[in-house]
Amino acid sequence: MAGQSQFAITRGNAFEAQVKANGCAELLTLLREHLSLPIREASYDNLDEVGGNTSREVRHARTRRLLARAAQSGDDAGTLFDHPLLCLRVGGRPAYLEPDLIAFQLSGRFHVTEIKSFSVIDGQADGDKVAAAVIQSAVYVLAMRDLLAEMGIGPESVADQVVLVCPENFSNRPSAALLDVRKQMTVLRRQLSRLRRIDSLVDVLPPGLTFDLELDRAGVPRRLPAAVAGAVRSVDARYAPECLANCEMCFFCRDEAAGTTSALGRATRDDLGGIEHVATVLHLARGAGQPADDQAEVAQLLRTAARLRAECLGEAV
Amino acid sequence: MSTLVSLARAQAVDVGRAQPVATVRHVHLSGRPMMFVPLALAGEACAPLAAMVGDHPRAPQLLVVTQPRNRTQRFGFAAELADIVVPYIEGYLGDVEILPGSGRREPRTRCADAPQILMPNRAGVSFARLLGRSTRFRRAEGDYAVPATVPVLGRWLTFLAERAEYPGSCLMLAATDMLTMHWATGQSPVEDLNLAALLGWIDPPDGRTGPEAALAAEDPVRWPPAGPATDPTFDNEVLARLIAAGNQAAASGDDRAERRARVALEQALASQLAPTWRLLWRAADLLRGLPPGGHVAARWDADKDAVTWHAGQLRDGGPPQPRRDSAVTAARRLARLERVQAACAAQRAFDDPLVMAEHRLTGEAFAGEVVAVEPGRLDTSGRRAKLRPRVTVRTWDPVLVDEGAALISPARPRQDARVVSVANAADGQPAQVVLELAGGMGHGRTAPAGTIPEVGDFDCYATFSDGYQPPPAFPELEQTPWTHGGPPVPYQPVPYQPTDEEAQEEWS
Repeated sequence: MAGQSQFAITRGNAFEAQVKANGCAELLTLLREHLSLPIREASYDNLDEVGGNTSREVRHARTRRLLARAAQSGDDAGTLFDHPLLCLRVGGRPAYLEPDLIAFQLSGRFHVTEIKSFSVIDGQADGDKVAAAVIQSAVYVLAMRDLLAEMGIGPESVADQVVLVCPENFSNRPSAALLDVRKQMTVLRRQLSRLRRIDSLVDVLPPGLTFDLELDRAGVPRRLPAAVAGAVRSVDARYAPECLANCEMCFFCRDEAAGTTSALGRATRDDLGGIEHVATVLHLARGAGQPADDQAEVAQLLRTAARLRAECLGEAV
Repeated sequence: MSTLVSLARAQAVDVGRAQPVATVRHVHLSGRPMMFVPLALAGEACAPLAAMVGDHPRAPQLLVVTQPRNRTQRFGFAAELADIVVPYIEGYLGDVEILPGSGRREPRTRCADAPQILMPNRAGVSFARLLGRSTRFRRAEGDYAVPATVPVLGRWLTFLAERAEYPGSCLMLAATDMLTMHWATGQSPVEDLNLAALLGWIDPPDGRTGPEAALAAEDPVRWPPAGPATDPTFDNEVLARLIAAGNQAAASGDDRAERRARVALEQALASQLAPTWRLLWRAADLLRGLPPGGHVAARWDADKDAVTWHAGQLRDGGPPQPRRDSAVTAARRLARLERVQAACAAQRAFDDPLVMAEHRLTGEAFAGEVVAVEPGRLDTSGRRAKLRPRVTVRTWDPVLVDEGAALISPARPRQDARVVSVANAADGQPAQVVLELAGGMGHGRTAPAGTIPEVGDFDCYATFSDGYQPPPAFPELEQTPWTHGGPPVPYQPVPYQPTDEEAQEEWS
């Protein structure tokens, strides 16, 4: 993972800044005209820092205070919260989240707003990018509802539609769309409920396991690379080729997964009857040895496949 | 994918080299393809940064945009590209072949050959589609005028990128798609998207195994990404500095400094493009080594028809492709894609025993030795006796067909074979299928030699064919039902002129 290109970062930041300039003037116009949201005027709260303090705890506390006040006031005035800091418990640990913007509006509901710099061209955008933005926004909606629930405010105060703001066609002009995140929220809730507590995951690891690099005063690691690698290897990884797109550990895990069918992708693994190792697949395909009972069917399939390939390629079986 | 291809992947891991999944070439390769390797600026919707393009391996033409966010330079890039691509395409429009009419069909002419643009990967094809979208509505006069070739380029790129969605069409192809259609590597499909790694598995350099070559190909310094996305490290450490230096030199007004900055940028971008340029030609050479499949020429004929039709649209002043298809056009297109997909899959299987093997594995086809033939068998149940020879085929393939099923043999696609009886494999004995043949045997009392199989022949029967499927009926555009938005607004005026908004659309 070589990180992100500065051109992409610059463009993303410039677009967000443009949308939010002058108290989100462009965004408000967009919400009014494009989505026909009845916002008359809006105040604007920047939660990037609290009186110069950028600590997460302080920002989160202020976010809570302001959101609670806005939810309870029943005020007609819309409020835009810029970069609020939310918190979601994942596996029993707090994880801080920072939506681009939460708009509070007349009908008494919070709308999570996400600003992305990928383009919507003739009403269509890259499906993967939209999907990622929807999941991200769903997490924010979930975190908002949890936060408000702690203060006795019901989930209906946060809309399950989020606003996605993207550049239109080939220009820098923002366009907005409402996206329903109910499905993603159901999935997320189920995933979060199934996540075990981190403590119980740590319990099954070998005692004394550490990934500490033992930095010296100058910040240079003193621990031997082989020792760190050995420690990492002692933790089970579930590598899939999709990891290559989003994890910095991917090459390490891919190396570890060499010789498994999952390293060839899920579709390949499924085609090969879910057998874990390439060596086993080839062993069964050659018809060597007696397959286990639960592998009899796939062994038959693999033998036929091997015979057909050999026949067509003119090889001896 | 199929179990057969997946097994080939497993074998590739074992051998350390890609394994064939086709015995013939399923794509047409032009004798003079045009290679197009574009690069785009990260973070932008469609900001061309550079391209290497040309129809000769030793004569690539390098196009560079020194300030990718500059609108004028973008159109400059589009115009330079148009000066290369449009004459290449139009060079094919002059030579026509005359197709004789038959029955009610009038004789007609079409291009004798068609252009072919090869790109490194599907992302490249998407880039071509977007570049087409951002240029096809432009105007050569008025505000924001562009060179007259720019909208022509846009319309051709749009046409080609759209054709690339048709299975079997070869006017614009991604090299990674062409290669994975013929070889299975020992890595995942995600990793196969890297052209350098894919070719590493298929054709590793001497002394290297496939996985070693693929691993080396992942080093972005030695093998820069095949685009259009650039390597982020290159962006941050090289490109940003060179673009800034170019802007500074331009601001200083010093011509020599500006030229120096431009040359430095060109050299850096050429270094990113050249490896992919070479890979693209190598991919074409590798594929050329395979003999073409039987239906490849027929599919290329369909491509020539499409090019002829589109050239006619341009010549007759037809409107550019709309931003979005109307409901009826979209439904027609989808139905056509489905039919083409089914026909192309059948053709590939008929052309290639290794592809047919995928269908044999799933029970959609079977093949084996002909053990008995009754060449003179007559069906006397009707008023007139009909020639209905029977053949018995012994096969070890899984046979899932039922009695009465209609099958086709790739060896005799015009002949129907009906299943009379099936004896399944048991006790170490192969399955036996008795088939009754009809058609394609002339009008005699016995089938002439060669029109039916002989004892000892290896014969194959499939449950599918590439036969003509009549298109489903769709309403005319003017009859679009209200459920689908009603009839679309026709283009005004005729001949079509893009609206001011379209022609002057921002591209920033």
